[in-house]
Amino acid sequence: MLVLEKNAITEEIEESIKLHGNNRSALIPILQDIQRKHSHISDFAQQEVARLLDIHPVEVYSVVSFYAFLNTKPKGRNIVRLCQTITCDLQGKAAIAKAIERELNCKFGETTQDKKFSLEFANCLGMCDQGPAMIVNDKVYSHLTPEKAVQILSNIK
Amino acid sequence: MHKKEELRAPVSQKPHVVEKPENIDTIGGTVTLELNEKKVTVPLGTTILDACKENNIHIPTLCHHEDLCVAGVCRLCVVEVEGMRTLQASCAYPITSPIKVHTSTPMVRQARKHIIDLLISEHYGECYSCFRNNNCELQSLAKEYGVDHYNFGHIEKPRYEVDKSSYSVIRDMDKCVLCKRCVRTCIDLQEVGVLEAVGRGDQTRISTFLDKPLADVVCINCGQCINRCPTGALRANDPRDEIWEAIDDPKKHVIIQTAPSPRAAIGEEFGQEPGLSYTKEMTTALRRIGFDKVFDTNFTADLTIMEEGTELILRLYKALVEKDNSVKVPQFTSCSPGWVKYLEHFYPEYIDNLSSAKSPQQMFGALIKTYYAEKNGINPEDIVSVALMPCSAKKFECNRPEMHDSGFKDVDYGLTTRELAQMIKEAGIFLPEMPKSNFDNPFGEASGAGLIFGATGGVMEAAIRTVYELITGKNVEDFFENMNVTPVRGFEGVKYAELPITEVGPVPDILKPLVPNWDWVKGATLKVAVVHGTANAKKVMEDIKAGGKFSECHFIEFMACPGGCLGGGGQPIPTNKEIRAKRAQAIYNEDESLTLRKSHMNENVLRLYEEFLPEGPCSHKSHKLLHTHYTERGKYIA
Repeated sequence: MLVLEKNAITEEIEESIKLHGNNRSALIPILQDIQRKHSHISDFAQQEVARLLDIHPVEVYSVVSFYAFLNTKPKGRNIVRLCQTITCDLQGKAAIAKAIERELNCKFGETTQDKKFSLEFANCLGMCDQGPAMIVNDKVYSHLTPEKAVQILSNIK
Repeated sequence: MHKKEELRAPVSQKPHVVEKPENIDTIGGTVTLELNEKKVTVPLGTTILDACKENNIHIPTLCHHEDLCVAGVCRLCVVEVEGMRTLQASCAYPITSPIKVHTSTPMVRQARKHIIDLLISEHYGECYSCFRNNNCELQSLAKEYGVDHYNFGHIEKPRYEVDKSSYSVIRDMDKCVLCKRCVRTCIDLQEVGVLEAVGRGDQTRISTFLDKPLADVVCINCGQCINRCPTGALRANDPRDEIWEAIDDPKKHVIIQTAPSPRAAIGEEFGQEPGLSYTKEMTTALRRIGFDKVFDTNFTADLTIMEEGTELILRLYKALVEKDNSVKVPQFTSCSPGWVKYLEHFYPEYIDNLSSAKSPQQMFGALIKTYYAEKNGINPEDIVSVALMPCSAKKFECNRPEMHDSGFKDVDYGLTTRELAQMIKEAGIFLPEMPKSNFDNPFGEASGAGLIFGATGGVMEAAIRTVYELITGKNVEDFFENMNVTPVRGFEGVKYAELPITEVGPVPDILKPLVPNWDWVKGATLKVAVVHGTANAKKVMEDIKAGGKFSECHFIEFMACPGGCLGGGGQPIPTNKEIRAKRAQAIYNEDESLTLRKSHMNENVLRLYEEFLPEGPCSHKSHKLLHTHYTERGKYIA
C-alpha cells in the first residue's frame, strides 16, 4: 500500500473518531464507516483503528470476522444478499439463486469479474411473510420471482 | 474524548476481587444465603463459586482462573438459584440478596454432564498421545463425571493444522475448548494482544491477527497462555528428542546449565508440595540422565550483575557527569527475553535504554563454547549446550541470529522445567529421593544474589548488593538488615524505591579503568523500580513516555511474567498467586541459607575475569562475548 493511501486512511479514521469518540464502544460505527467507503476493511485500516482506539489489532480482527457485514477482502461495488433461511427456501429461493447466477455468470460466494456484484447468502432478513427476499446494498426487495430479481439487478449501476 | 486510562479494559475485564469490609457487622457489609440448606454469611458481592469454596463445596470449573477476569463461558459451574428460571453460572454470580442455592440437583448434574459430553465431542485426539495426559482439566472433569462413552459422538478427523511456526509456543487448535483463558491472559493479564476468538458460531476459533502463524505476529513467547490452558491446545516447543539424541551420541559433550527458578518448582511435577527446592537432587538426576557437565546459571547471573552493574555505573557517569546526551537513562534490565521482545515490538524507540548485557543463559552459552572449551581442550563443535529454564521465550532467545558470538550457536536448546521433569521420569528416576550433589567446576557454586534472579525484584536486589558495596566500600549489611533488600521484594505489580548513597569509598581495582572517583555519587539518591508482567511494564513505559516519575529512575528491572521467572511459561502447571508466593519463598530461603550472597564476592567470577577477561567488565572482549544488540521490530504486521 502506498504511503499516501495509508495517510488518507488514517485521516478518515481520525475523522470517524471525531464523530464517534475514541471509546472502545465506538469500534463498530468506525468500522462501518470504513466498510461503507472502501467496501472492505484492509489489514492496515484494522491496525490503525486499533492504534487510535488503544486496543489490540487482534481485537479489531475478532470483531470484523464476527460480523457478516464487515469483510477484510475487497468485494464488488454492490453486494447482493439472498435470504437462505427456511421460509424463503420453501418459497423458491433456489430458483432465484439460479436465475441470478445465470444472469451474472457468477456463483454465490463470489464476485463478478467486472467487480460490479458480489453474491452472498444471508440468514433470516425478517421478511418471512413476504419471501423470497434479498438485500441489495441497503435496500430490501421482497416477493421475488426469478424475472423480478434479474430485473432489479439490471437496473443497478 | 475519553482519558487514556479509561479506554483500555473496562472494569468487567479485571479479576473480580471483593474486598471484605473491615467490620463485618456493617449494615450492607454482608449477606446471608442458604447454600444447600445451610445458612452462610459472606461479604456482599462474593460470587457463589467463592462462597462455595469457603464452605468446602466443590464446584467444577473450566474457564475460571483466579488470575483472570470472570468469563462465564463454559457454564460448567452452573447451580440452581431458587426463583431463577434457568441455571446460573456460579463464577459470574455476585451475591447481593439472601438467595437459596442448590449445587447438586438432578438438573445441575445433568447439565454439567451434557456440557462435558459436548466439549469432548469436538475435542480431537487421544489422551495418551497428549503431553497434558494426567494433568488436563478436561480429562479430570470427564473422570469426575464418569464419562464412559461419547454421548454426542466424537470428532474423527483434525480440523486445523498445528501451528509450529514459533520457536517457543505450539498451538494445536483441535484440542481447544474455547474457554478463552489464553485470550484473557494475552489481552488482560499481559496486554500483548496476540490471541482472540475469531469467527462466529461453530466456526469460532482462537486465532491471531489475520490468522497469521504465531511467529509472524507480536507474540513475545512468554508462555503464560500455556500455563493457563486447561487442555493440551498450547504447549512449548519440545526439544527432548534432540537432547536425548545428543546424550546418546558418545562424540557429543552435552552440558546443561540450570536456571534458579526450575529448582524451586520441579518438585511439583513429582507430586510434591509447591515451595520445596530440589537443587542438589536435581544435579544428581541430571548426571544420571547422562549430561556430561551440570552448571549453575547463577554463575552467569553473578556475571550479569558485574557487567550490567558496571554498565549502569558507566551510563550514569556519562549521562550525569560528562553530560553525554547519547546515553540513555534509565537503564532497563535485559534478562527476560519476553520483555526484550515486548520492548522491541511496542516501544522500539527505547531500545537504547536496554542494557546491552546478554541474559545469563546467553552469557553462559558464549562462555561454554569459548572459555570452557579452551580450558578443557574440547572442540566447541562437539559441545551441545542445553539450558534448563523456567521459560518458553528462552527457546526463542537462543535461536536469535545474533547469538552466535562464540562462533557457534551459543545455546543449542532451551529446555523447560516441565520437559526436564518428563526426561527425568523417562529415565526412571524419582527426583525427591535422589542423593545430593554439587554443581560442576570450573564454574562451581554461585552466589545467592544469582539465585534470587528467579523472583521479581531479584535482579535489582542482587545489583543493589553489589553496587552498594562497590561504591561505599562498606558491607551491604550495614544498610539492609541481613542483606535483604526488602523494598524491592514482594508481588506488587510495580515497586519503586529510593536508596540514598550517603558515603563513598575508594574505587575498587576492577573499576579503576572506567571511573576516576565516586565523588559524583556522594549524597545522590539512587531511584529504582521493579516491574513484573508486561501489563505493568506497559503502565511504566507510558509513564516514562509522558515524562512521569519513572522517567527519573536510574535503573528499572522488567520481567515479562507475573512473579518473575518463577511464574514463567515453562514452569509446572497449574499456576496461581499462592503457588508463585511459595516458589518465591523457596528461593529466598535458599538464598538465606548460603554463605556467599554477593555477586562480586564470587571467586569463580573473579577468576574468570583474571584468566579470560583481563580488561575487566564492559571491556572490548567482554563486549564481544557478553553483550548483544537488539532489533527494532515494531507492531505493524504487513
